[in-house]
Amino acid sequence: MTTTTLTAPPATAAGRTRDRGPDAARHRRKQILNWIAVHSVALALALFFVLPFVFVFLTSVMSDGQALSGDLWPTSWHWSNYSTVFHTPGFLTWWRNSLVYAVLGTVFTVCSSVPVAYALAKFRFRGRRTAMILVISTMMLPPQVIIIPMYLVWAQQFHLSGSLWPLIIPMAFGDAYSIFLLRQFLLTIPQEYIESAKVDGCGELRTLLKIVVPMAKPGIAAVALFQFFYCWNDYFGPQIYAAQNPGAWTLSYGLESFKSAHSVNWNLTMAATLLVMAPVIIVFFFAQKAFVEGVTLTGVKG
Amino acid sequence: MALSLTTSAKTARSGAAGAPRNTPLRRKQNRDRLRTLGFLSPWLIGFSVFFAYPLIATVYFSFMHYNQIKAPDFVGLRNWKYVFQQMPLFGPALWNTMWLVVVMVALRVAFGLGIGLLVTKIKTGVGLFRTAFYIPYLAPPVAATVAFVFLLNPSTGPVNEMLGWIGLHGPNWFNDPNWSKPSLVLLSVWGIGDLMVIFMASLLDVPKEQYEAADLDGAGAWSKFRYVTWPAITPIVLFAVVTGVVQTMQYYTQALVAGKLASGVSIGPGTVIQPGYPDHSTLTVPQLVYSLGFQNFNTGAACVLSLVLFAIAMAVTLLLMRKSVGLIPAED
Repeated sequence: MTTTTLTAPPATAAGRTRDRGPDAARHRRKQILNWIAVHSVALALALFFVLPFVFVFLTSVMSDGQALSGDLWPTSWHWSNYSTVFHTPGFLTWWRNSLVYAVLGTVFTVCSSVPVAYALAKFRFRGRRTAMILVISTMMLPPQVIIIPMYLVWAQQFHLSGSLWPLIIPMAFGDAYSIFLLRQFLLTIPQEYIESAKVDGCGELRTLLKIVVPMAKPGIAAVALFQFFYCWNDYFGPQIYAAQNPGAWTLSYGLESFKSAHSVNWNLTMAATLLVMAPVIIVFFFAQKAFVEGVTLTGVKG
Repeated sequence: MALSLTTSAKTARSGAAGAPRNTPLRRKQNRDRLRTLGFLSPWLIGFSVFFAYPLIATVYFSFMHYNQIKAPDFVGLRNWKYVFQQMPLFGPALWNTMWLVVVMVALRVAFGLGIGLLVTKIKTGVGLFRTAFYIPYLAPPVAATVAFVFLLNPSTGPVNEMLGWIGLHGPNWFNDPNWSKPSLVLLSVWGIGDLMVIFMASLLDVPKEQYEAADLDGAGAWSKFRYVTWPAITPIVLFAVVTGVVQTMQYYTQALVAGKLASGVSIGPGTVIQPGYPDHSTLTVPQLVYSLGFQNFNTGAACVLSLVLFAIAMAVTLLLMRKSVGLIPAED
C-alpha cells in the first residue's frame, strides 16, 4: 500500500513522468518528506485523542492506593474492580434503565419520524417550506428554554416525575433532528420508484413501507444510532425527571453520584466510566458505516 | 420504461393543478390533504404539545410569581427587573456562556477543519487514524467529563505528572478559575470527531480539476487552500459555526459535572450546591435556569432566563442563517 502510493506518479504530474533525472528524484524526495511530515503530525494528534482512554483503562485496574499516586502503569492488575462496580447497589438498575430509555426512545423516534420525513421530502403541499423551517427551529432551540412548563405538566398533571416516561413518550411524536436527517436522506431516493409503485396500485402507506423504507435503510440506521446514543448519553433529561428517584436513574446520570460516593476510589470510578462508554463504542464498531454516513449527511447534503 | 412513467406522472399532476372545479379532482385534492395531514400528524402533535405550548407557557410564567406550590401570581415585569438588575449570578453566567460560545466554536471549527485536511492527506492507515480521531466524540459527555477531571487532577492526575517529566509545572485546570474554562475547551476539542467527518466529506467533494488547474498556474499550498478549497467549503464552515453556536448555548452537562467533581463535594446528584465551581467560572446560563427553576423554585426568574437564552440563540442563528440561505434545505 505504502509503496504503491509513494511510487505512483501523482495524477497532476502525468505529463512530467517521462523526464527522469534530478527533477524526478527531487520530486520523489519531496514526496517522502511530505509523507513523513503528515504522518508524524497525525500520529502526535492520534495520541492526544487516544491516550485519555488508555489512562482511564490503566487506572481502572489499579489498586485503590496506586490510583491516587499519579502513576501511569499499574503495578498489579486488579480486574476485580469491574465486578466491584457491577455489585455496587444501583449500578445494574441504572444499566437497565439506560437500556429501556435508549431502546424505547429509538423505536418510538424511528416509527414516528419516518412518515413525517417522507411527507416533507416527497409530498407537494402548501406550507412545506414553513414546516421545514419550523422543524429546523425546534432543532435549534436549547432544551432548557421549554423545560420548566414541560416539567410542570408531567409532574403536576400526569404525576410521572421520578420516572423516565416524560422523556420516552414525546419521542413517539417525532424528533426534529431525526426528521431533518431522514428527509435529507429520502430526497436522494428517485421519485421514479415511488411513482411506479403508485402506478402498480400501491397506496401511500404501502409505498412507504414496501419501497421507501427498504431503500432508506442506511438513513434509518443512522437515525436509530444517533437516537440510541443521544438517550444513552442524556444527562439533563434524567436529571430533571428522575433525580428524586434513584430507581429511575440512568447510567449517565448515576455515574456522577458513583464518583461522589467513591470520592477517593479513582480506580473504581474509571472502571465505571469505561462501563458507561463501552456500549456506545461497541455499537459504533459494528455500525461504523451507517454512523459516519449519518454525520456526513447532516453536515454536507444540506 | 422509467422515462414514460415520469412523463405520465407529470402530466397528471399539472392536470390536477389546472382544473380544481372538477369534482373527482377536488375529491382527490381533499384526499391528498388528508393524507399529508395523516403523515405529518406525529410531528404536528409533537410540535404543538412539546414546543409551541411550553414556549407560550414560558412567556406566561415569566410574568408570574410562582413557587410551584401556590397558584401563580401576576407580578408584571418584576422577574425581568430582578434578573437584569439584581441577580448577582446573571452577569457571570452570561459572560461565561458567551466566552465559551466564542472560544469553543472558533477552536472547534479551526481544529475540525485542520484535522479534516490532515486526514485527506494521510496515505497510510487512514482508517486507523480516522477512528482514533472519531472515537472521543462518541464518549458520553458525563463519562468524558469524569475522565478529564481525573486526567487533569492537579495533584494525582497523569497529565500534570507527564508535564512534570519535561520540567513543566502544570496548572490547576478545573480547580483554577482562570483555567477551568480552557479545560472545558480542551475537553470539547477532544470530542471533535463529528466536525472532522463533516469537513473531510466536504473536502473530498471539492472538484479535483480545480486543484489541477491551480497546479498549472503554479499555486502554492496556501493559495490553493485560499482560492480553491475555502470557497468550496464555506457553506459547510458556516453550517458548523451555526450548529456549534447553538450547541454551546446549551452547554450544561460538562460544565456542571466538572464543577461538581472538581469541587470535591462528596454528595450525590440532586443535592443543592452552588454551581459554577471555582468562583462561578463554569456557571453557564442553562445551569442558572436549572438552579433557579428546580432548586430555588423561582419559576418566574427561571423562565425569564430561558427567554433570554432563546432570544440569543435565535438572534445568532438568524444572523448566521441569513448569510447561508442555501443551508435551509426546503427547496430540492
